[in-house]
Amino acid sequence: MQVTYLVKRLNPERERSPRFEQFSLEVGEYDSVLDGLIKVREELDGSLALRCSCRAAICGSCAMRVNGEPRLMCKTRVRDVAEDGQVKVEPIGNLPVLKDLVVDMGPFWEKVRAVKPWLEPPPEKPEREYLAPNEAMREVVGALACVMCGACVSNCTVWEVDPNFLGPAALAKAHRFVADPRNSDNAERLKQLGEYTGIWDCTHCFYCVQACPKDVAPMERILALRREAIAHGYTNHNGVRHSDSFAQSVKQSGSLNEGRLAVESQGYLNLPALLGLLPVGLRALRAGKMPSPFHHKRPGAAHVKRIFEKVEGPRS
Amino acid sequence: MRAALEAKRRHADVALISKVHPVRSHSVAAQGGINAPLGQSDTWESHAYDTVKGSDYLGDQDAIEALSREAAQAVVDLENMGVAFYRGPDGRLAPRNFGGASTARTYFVGAITGHAILHVMYEQLLRAGVKIYEEWFVTSLVNEGGFTAGLVAQELLTGRFHPIQAKAIILCTGGCGRVYEPSTNALICTGDGMSLAWRAGAPLMDMEMVQYHPTTLPSNGALMTEGARGDGAYLRNALGDRFMSKYAPNKLELASRDVVSRAEQVEIDEGRGVDDGLGAKSCVYLDCTHLPREFILERLGEIYEIARQFANVDITTQPVPVRPGMHYMMGGIKTNVDGRTRVPGLYAAGECACVSVHGGNRLGANSLLDTVIFGRRAGAHAAEFARQVEFRPLSEGAVLDSERRAQEVLGRPANGDSIAKVRMELGQTMHQYAGVWRDGKGLNTALSRIYSLKERYQRAPVQDKGKVFNTNLVFHWELGYMLDNAEAILVSAIHRTESRGAHYRTDCPERDDQSWLKHIVLDYRPGAAPGIQYAPVTITRWKPEKRVY
Repeated sequence: MQVTYLVKRLNPERERSPRFEQFSLEVGEYDSVLDGLIKVREELDGSLALRCSCRAAICGSCAMRVNGEPRLMCKTRVRDVAEDGQVKVEPIGNLPVLKDLVVDMGPFWEKVRAVKPWLEPPPEKPEREYLAPNEAMREVVGALACVMCGACVSNCTVWEVDPNFLGPAALAKAHRFVADPRNSDNAERLKQLGEYTGIWDCTHCFYCVQACPKDVAPMERILALRREAIAHGYTNHNGVRHSDSFAQSVKQSGSLNEGRLAVESQGYLNLPALLGLLPVGLRALRAGKMPSPFHHKRPGAAHVKRIFEKVEGPRS
Repeated sequence: MRAALEAKRRHADVALISKVHPVRSHSVAAQGGINAPLGQSDTWESHAYDTVKGSDYLGDQDAIEALSREAAQAVVDLENMGVAFYRGPDGRLAPRNFGGASTARTYFVGAITGHAILHVMYEQLLRAGVKIYEEWFVTSLVNEGGFTAGLVAQELLTGRFHPIQAKAIILCTGGCGRVYEPSTNALICTGDGMSLAWRAGAPLMDMEMVQYHPTTLPSNGALMTEGARGDGAYLRNALGDRFMSKYAPNKLELASRDVVSRAEQVEIDEGRGVDDGLGAKSCVYLDCTHLPREFILERLGEIYEIARQFANVDITTQPVPVRPGMHYMMGGIKTNVDGRTRVPGLYAAGECACVSVHGGNRLGANSLLDTVIFGRRAGAHAAEFARQVEFRPLSEGAVLDSERRAQEVLGRPANGDSIAKVRMELGQTMHQYAGVWRDGKGLNTALSRIYSLKERYQRAPVQDKGKVFNTNLVFHWELGYMLDNAEAILVSAIHRTESRGAHYRTDCPERDDQSWLKHIVLDYRPGAAPGIQYAPVTITRWKPEKRVY
């Protein structure tokens, strides 16, 4: 089929801002978007810069955005994404562009290095392998299937506003070790992951789950790390209080009490932080967005409470 | 990375140079597993014998003994470092069956074993603090007084050339799959290390031995792991017959790869092939449909995905058309069991090296093993070597030479030709004449074409004239390496007038131990045809016998 590729180009030696360039080409029925880009590079413009290698969705080189969505180009068929015969290809987001479709992965790897990305087995070595249940290994494989392509980071809404956030890929990598029954320093890891830039900074927007080409579901792994952190007793944290308050409010009244949530997330005794909320409250008041101090039960709240009780099960 | 780790553990000052980020290296695509005689009733001798027989008796048995004796510990080491191998109900490592093996001894992580091992290696490099130069492309190795002095590399981000002084260099640069079109190999597999070493004075060995994998997809050459057949999948022809019963009545689908690929090609050539989806009957079926869906998804998830993506087939309900495709180089830079080449200070390990443990045909799941065993040995020996010698001066001229070559290439006027065109013709020529079947006439035709492609290469322009991330210039360097590899493959294949392992000559179809139980070793000679020598095959305890599966 005949398609038009709209490719975002940037030659840092000649220009300061990117531009779109159009290429018309013929692609086969099962051709990937990458096949088309290679065709452009080989037949139309040899100066087009992109990374690609294995063509089988395992080396992780070719994450780019196609019609806005971050994907592996080798794993995306042209016919599945073309809109009116047009395919728009851009570099992945949230990372600096070096040239055309090539981004600087430096910040990405920096975050990976920050989560102590290796197994820390117990000091006493076994004679042979460590014994471990296969189910646990299967869980670990779900996380280590990550190919470090950066598609999740491209979509991360927290990274976008705070580039210090460790981000979905590094945190999924962290979960790979915490979930591994052979790892021996989970307490230490979870403590570190609970700090600023870590697991509590995720806003569960689901974009990374949607973007991941290997079904790693990074956000689910961040949530699993939170559960592990709580289980390890790391509960003195705004994130923990936030999620407790959120759940209690919905359980009791059937809806979210936003005012209470803001206060309870900081903790009633945390005066400096509560004072810090004042300007936000005032701005909300001026904009007419201050939640009502009177939070009423919604109709059917009792029903919601019963759902909670059923899910939580009998408390011991 | 295993070599770098070992050298670092032995307190050498180590840097790793790679043209891609280390986790993009092609070991990432190894699917099926890694062999080790860890089972209770298994022995290293059994693994070694299977490897010798698989090699069609061209493998050096001292090297194969080293491989098999150290395999169990190497796999346990990988597990201890974090590789999440699949387990049995007792929590211990559990193997799967694989081709050419007399028992199940292939340890695996689903169908992403290479990925799982490669990422753990990278983790260990970070832990050990090895300096990594990523996206640096090596343009030459430099000797001084016959010793390794260092290398010149181009930093892709800036286009600058840098000299790097080194007492010892270990080449772990993989194979040259892209010399063939199609190939299962990644686009980066361009034989860089083999050409660099060859030009630096280290000979190449067994270059005629090129493995065709029996199960690759016709659309893009992607690999469908041998683990599928190991886990019970069948091969069927257009009549629905499990044709392997004719060719390997005992091992059937799990005969060695050269045997299965030839059997498939016979079925296809005799008109019993199935549709490849591209208008020809150039395939046979890989049939998993009798296996439980859950079992396939758990153990073969990666190829389930690949077949769905690239062949539009759900392997749990439909057979998938596959055909033999170029996959692996048994040949490479001649080394001893410590990875040493002829040049003092220059080492090689993995697919770019030829120890030779694979001889005429590599067994599945022996390649990852080869990388960790001989990577470790090369790392250890190179660290020791570096302790004993002084740095050699690295002349400024070496950098200037690379810069001058780049200038000349960037300055070439358009002439209607391109790197991509030359590369495509190279690949198609090799596949046509130096594939599953070969004969003297065809091989000579191919060689004369390679020489004319070499001439075109000297004039082919690049379009990108810039410095930053000029991949066009990288492809130029790579094509030069590929043409060297192709020449070496063809010269060796023409010379070996018998059939052995993956090298099948229709004009001399028998194995001839009298004349050819020896390695062909090629020396690089500037401006002339390669010099041909021989090396004896080391035989320790397994005398050559007829090979039946």
